[in-house]
Amino acid sequence: MSWLADNWETVLTLTWRSLYLAGIPLVIGFVVSVPLGWVANRWSFSYPAIITTTGLLYTIPSLALFVIMPIVLGTKILNPVNVIVALTVYTVALLVRTVADGLASVPDDIAQAATAMGYKGVRRLFGVELPLAAPVIAAGLRVAAVSNVSIVSVASLIGVSQLGDLLIDGYNRVIWAELLTGIVACVLLALAFDAFILLGTRVVTPWLRVEGARA
Amino acid sequence: MIRFDAVTKQFPDGTTAVDELTLTAPTGKITVLVGPSGCGKTTSLRMVNRMLEPTSGSITLDGQDTGRMDQAELRRGMGYVIQHAGLFPHRTVLDNIGTVPRLLGWDKGRIKARSAELLERVGLAPELGGRYPAQLSGGQQQRVGVARALAADPPVMLMDEPFSAVDPVVRDQLQDEFLRLQDELGKTIVFVTHDIDEAIKLGDQVAVLRVGGRLAQVAEPAYLLAHPADDFVADFVGRDRGYRALGFQDAPHLPLRSEPTVTLGERPDRTDAGWLLVVSDDRHPLGWVEPARIGERPVGEADLHRGGTVAREHGSLRGALDAALSSPSRRGVVVDDSGVLCGTVLAAEVLTAIEHTERPERDESDPVHGGAAPLEEESA
Repeated sequence: MSWLADNWETVLTLTWRSLYLAGIPLVIGFVVSVPLGWVANRWSFSYPAIITTTGLLYTIPSLALFVIMPIVLGTKILNPVNVIVALTVYTVALLVRTVADGLASVPDDIAQAATAMGYKGVRRLFGVELPLAAPVIAAGLRVAAVSNVSIVSVASLIGVSQLGDLLIDGYNRVIWAELLTGIVACVLLALAFDAFILLGTRVVTPWLRVEGARA
Repeated sequence: MIRFDAVTKQFPDGTTAVDELTLTAPTGKITVLVGPSGCGKTTSLRMVNRMLEPTSGSITLDGQDTGRMDQAELRRGMGYVIQHAGLFPHRTVLDNIGTVPRLLGWDKGRIKARSAELLERVGLAPELGGRYPAQLSGGQQQRVGVARALAADPPVMLMDEPFSAVDPVVRDQLQDEFLRLQDELGKTIVFVTHDIDEAIKLGDQVAVLRVGGRLAQVAEPAYLLAHPADDFVADFVGRDRGYRALGFQDAPHLPLRSEPTVTLGERPDRTDAGWLLVVSDDRHPLGWVEPARIGERPVGEADLHRGGTVAREHGSLRGALDAALSSPSRRGVVVDDSGVLCGTVLAAEVLTAIEHTERPERDESDPVHGGAAPLEEESA
């Protein structure tokens, strides 16, 4: 425990960096996924193309993606933007399908009623479809959040520091306390994301908590 | 007025859902489309607000071709009610009702006032306004569905089996209230159902469709019951159509007998009479008793035989006949509009009255459209 007592400020700084390096891509990825998922759901012929392409992105090894980013974006290798963009790609890869399937899960009678009342376009998406797809999309967000927290640690290998530093440094220098702190901090961060998303979902879906509600 | 003019709908797989449908739904009237599944009734309904487009033919709304109107605008001018209400589960009851006004851009205060007004109008308590649809019973949800469709006061209402998913008792209640509401509002309504009894109860005119989307007959209910155009319609309308048709015939002045009565707690003064009618202190009939069984005791609640129905003095012949048939004394109880006993009538007397009534005359020139509702109110 003495290691943690000596280094808690560093741990806090690294946790904060992990938090925003994993969190910002989650937000941007969600914003990008909504229109893509909407298109995939709206025009069924585009569904396979969009879902397969975005799904394939997830298979690119993270280290490779971090290294390619500076070439694609023209940024410096140490720029954290590389990590943010790369994790956004992974988030989109995970979320587009969830958004498309979530929008498709809106019950037929409700979709029909919306059409009959003259709901269309963006108003229909934000007024009816997204709110009803919220529970499904939230499930996808939770997976993406945990995935981001785990992948972001690899960024230490390209010199963008965050909690991953503790894992690499602790391993290289055989400092068990540091290694263990890194692991525990990653897990706690992932749990924090999860709890935050769950809470957020509860706040935006009050109708699911009433008696007799169907999810 | 909504007019279908030789409307045909074919789906891409080649099936013909609606075949050359020509039909007019008069302004301010309820037109019911009824038929077995696969007769194209729902397809026809959905072509009115252009959720489906006809393959050929045209639908006009007050003379204007709906095919040339803006879709969303057309839809917002037509209330739409569907089987499971299709309420938005993420919105409260009041927000559900205010949907179309919100889409039309009304200001918030007006939407709120209008939603609350409609909630009351469909017979729901104000405290239900803040609940979510999942917290309501099926019947309550259906009422909210009707309120939502009425919110922007559209001249036209499209209703697709709105009362099919609720239990029979609630359905009957919803139907009665729907008719009462329509009496006040006078909307032009196209109503789809597979239930011929519902069609006959609610329709000002009933269009019977056959499988393949062909119109078999369109007529006012009494005419449909009296003159089915062919075997299909006759079969579909059902067996006891002669009896049901009496429901549309107002009872003429029936020869009423005065009936000896007794009130609860009184002792019947004669024990030899077969059945004796029990009335409340304000002369509302309560039921029948058999004095021979009671003897010298005062008449109690438990002695009442409540099997008989009660007919209204100026009600239908069906009501009068049923009162006579269902009464244990065979004397049908007739009351006035406030429920006070007028007298009794015998089945034979009702039958005599029936024999003297006229059936709707058959229009030989057009067996399919001959009995359709008139487009204009006949001037009285």
